[in-house]
Amino acid sequence: MTITETRRAPVIAQATDASPSSDTLRKSWEGPSGWRGWLSTVDHKEIGKRYLLTAFGFLLIGGLEAAVMRAQLATPNGHLLSAEEYAQLFTMHGVTMIFLYALPVLSGFSNYLWPLLLGSRDMAFPRLNAFSYWVFLFAGIFLYASFVMGKGPDDGWFNYVPYASREFNPGPNIDVYALGMVLLGVSTTVGSINFIVTVIRMRAPGMSINRIPILVWGTLTASVGNLFAVPAVSLAFLMLWMDRQLGTHFFDVANGGQPLLWQHLFWMFGHPWVYAIVLPAMGIVSDGLPTFCRRPLVGYTAVALATVTTMVLGFGVWAHHMFATGLPVMSLSYFSASSMVIVIPSAVAVFAWIATIWTGRPVFTTAFLYFSSFVLLFVIGGVSGFMTASVPLDMQLTHTYFVVAHLHYVLIGINVFPVIGGIYFWFPKITGRLMNEKLGKWSFWIMFVGFNVGFFPMHILGLAGMPRRIYTYPSGLGWGPWNMAATVGSYVFAIGIAMFLLNVWISLRRGIAAGPNPWNAPSLEWSTSSPPPVYNFAVIPNVASRYPLWEGYMDDEGRDRSTIHEGLLLDQGRETIGTTALDAEPAVILKMPDDTYTPLVLALTLTLAFCGLLALAWWAVGVGVVLTLLAAMVWLWPERKLSQIER
Amino acid sequence: MRPRRLVIFGLALVAADASWAGPMSYVQTFGPAGYPVTRLGWGLAIISICVCVIIALLLLGGIFHGRVARTGNDSRQLAVRRDAGGLMWIYIGVGLSSLVLIGAMIWTLEVTAVISNPPRTPAFTVQVSASQWWWALRYDNEQPSRTFTTANEIHIPVGQPVRFEVTSTDVIHSFWVPKLGGKMDVIPGQTNVTWLQADQPGVYRGECAVFCGADHARMALLVIAQSPANFRAWEDAQRSDAPQPATPEEQQGQMVFQSHCAACHSVRGTDASGAVGPDLSHLMSRRTLAAGLLPDTPGNLAAWIGHPQSIKPGSRMPDPALSSAHLAALVAYLQTLH
Repeated sequence: MTITETRRAPVIAQATDASPSSDTLRKSWEGPSGWRGWLSTVDHKEIGKRYLLTAFGFLLIGGLEAAVMRAQLATPNGHLLSAEEYAQLFTMHGVTMIFLYALPVLSGFSNYLWPLLLGSRDMAFPRLNAFSYWVFLFAGIFLYASFVMGKGPDDGWFNYVPYASREFNPGPNIDVYALGMVLLGVSTTVGSINFIVTVIRMRAPGMSINRIPILVWGTLTASVGNLFAVPAVSLAFLMLWMDRQLGTHFFDVANGGQPLLWQHLFWMFGHPWVYAIVLPAMGIVSDGLPTFCRRPLVGYTAVALATVTTMVLGFGVWAHHMFATGLPVMSLSYFSASSMVIVIPSAVAVFAWIATIWTGRPVFTTAFLYFSSFVLLFVIGGVSGFMTASVPLDMQLTHTYFVVAHLHYVLIGINVFPVIGGIYFWFPKITGRLMNEKLGKWSFWIMFVGFNVGFFPMHILGLAGMPRRIYTYPSGLGWGPWNMAATVGSYVFAIGIAMFLLNVWISLRRGIAAGPNPWNAPSLEWSTSSPPPVYNFAVIPNVASRYPLWEGYMDDEGRDRSTIHEGLLLDQGRETIGTTALDAEPAVILKMPDDTYTPLVLALTLTLAFCGLLALAWWAVGVGVVLTLLAAMVWLWPERKLSQIER
Repeated sequence: MRPRRLVIFGLALVAADASWAGPMSYVQTFGPAGYPVTRLGWGLAIISICVCVIIALLLLGGIFHGRVARTGNDSRQLAVRRDAGGLMWIYIGVGLSSLVLIGAMIWTLEVTAVISNPPRTPAFTVQVSASQWWWALRYDNEQPSRTFTTANEIHIPVGQPVRFEVTSTDVIHSFWVPKLGGKMDVIPGQTNVTWLQADQPGVYRGECAVFCGADHARMALLVIAQSPANFRAWEDAQRSDAPQPATPEEQQGQMVFQSHCAACHSVRGTDASGAVGPDLSHLMSRRTLAAGLLPDTPGNLAAWIGHPQSIKPGSRMPDPALSSAHLAALVAYLQTLH
């Protein structure tokens, strides 16, 4: 019987990627090469890149769907599409952008960056991380499976009953959506748990809770929000599926069911979700903008607290999606006021960004253009949200293109612009090459102009009374010219996106070598090579301030300095350090798992069970569940070498 | 100051004559359920535009101020030596925003209270029952024989609030006449109540606003506001039985109607009493066909009855497969239903 080591004082050493100890680390952390490695990897950087690529793939698919719809709507009495085709397109466009692009792309950034930002060697649960990605991918394919056969979800992304019930929608369309969303919820939930535990346990020594980057605050807040929000929607979709296939009556009016129950459950999830898909993107700006303004973010504490406050308030505003459903005046007033209060934390962030620009020295990079223009788009999307928060006014605005304009300013302005800015910012870290700045600036201006030309007129269309989700409209209502502008603008925007993708393609091949820190940025990810080695850090850094790589530029008499190249070596296999929750005192040596196929297998068997449910093939459900349990057992089988070591 | 006044004057001008915005626009409204909301809307819109302009100017100012003031340094250097400063921006910005916000909130709550009840007790109630993809309208009366039903065209007297009880026979719709007031969702299993009043005679267009299936885009309604005298005349006409067909063609048309249409449609004073589709007792008194889709002309009527599925695909009205003689007779009969 071997004796496992239970206590060990870890070695503190000086090392860089060129040191001999790094070879040992590389050997421990590198997985198998080729397709085996591709399928079994648990490296957060690989998983992060996959999330980013997959999410961008979905962004393109959702964009193509939008382009077809805009062609239909460009002129009155368009006849390119039938009503049913249009319904599937607007539903899949919403589902794709909101569920398969907006959160996964941010999960991609966070997965890739978190351990690098936090000075760790991986996420807390690397295998869970891989599992989360595979389930996301399979859920995305699942959601598209019926669309390619012309039977896609067709009741809008919020899927109101009773139109979504079997009586009015007998095909597989809604079943695919319901089960796909429950499956996707599994991915979101395990991903959120992983983020939460990682931030609590995996920070470098000295990185106390008031020193973590705002992106981490954003993703942490979004993850906690998701843990509370996702159960509502998973439950709602499960109930809907049972209504449709097993004869329950949760939403069945004829048998005492309640259509409004669906709306409450959906929006209890839906509104927090909106914050989950913007707060991490706001974090990208809060971390990126200071780098290009050459100063720390103004009001770090205020911005961090505003991030959390937004999410807390976000759980008390769901009924503002339901102002016209006949709720009592008293509750309308409450939800109206609570929705308006969200202006306050938003204003904190906006004025923090503006102050950072005013008191800084802006450097006109492409990323800076995206981040600073984001502030304006954030405000435009914010004030239209403020208008829709006003109950009596919303009774006019709701269900019109004004809401379409609002949500696109929020989702494109507050998600897509920061994301693309974030790609320009971190591309050199991820690939080791800089993106082309000249092409970048051109693509920025084309995107910015196209976006505003395309989406601003939708406000006017809303005020001119155009309802959402109409597949055609007669002439004579004054909507034609604005719709034409929206179509032309959105196509220009698409050209901007295409130029961005072209830039990625060119820069991957011919970009200038970046070096570790091309922007002279302050956070830990810029202290390691570009691209980072498989083990991230040759030693675990010690952090003494919020901006460890800027300490040399700041007056800091008598303050401790961060040490980047001297720290815990932890080279006996896959290891990293676990620290305490608030102060990040070193507490335990964490033994990290090897590459494994189990996450992939578990995701496949789980998906098999869901396919069985879709086909009502109970044998397949049974096989899927049994295999899932077996795979989980293999996964959880105790391994001596993974027993954690006290320090 | 002058350009700002010009902008406000321009906006006021735009607000005063809003016909540019089209028949579904609510930037100008014509009744007390709409006025306070429209004022609130313009108020919040002007606040919003000012906020965007101020933020845009601050951003541009900040970008060029910082760049001009601090060029020439080593680009790697920072603009500051300490992680401090700038907090006044947050205090002042958030403070001012909060003041505006509280004002807007009070205004909102006030308008919410004002429009939740009509200025005086409504004279009567219209029962609105929405179905895929049309509107049934019942004007109740204490005497059942004076109750009548019509479709897709609501008549109301000018200057009087009218109460609407809305419900659905199938999926969720939304009842919306933007020039008179905000929406009320139409939800099966519950009866929602709203009210509207028109202060000027006229035709006000409405549409279903919640996605409800294939013909969601083709589910309009009209509100006709007329003088109280004209309204009473219309009511009396609606209560009357349909006239007996006079010519042989009309009589044949009525037989075709009985055999092909009566299972779904009613004609007051005849055996036709179907309740699935619109009541046709006074079809020719209405301005449109197929829920606001076509002007109600004999040609459109023939086209619509002959091929409903090509005119409004997905409609619950099947293609009837009538011979052209039968179709002509049917149209002739329907044209007697004034």
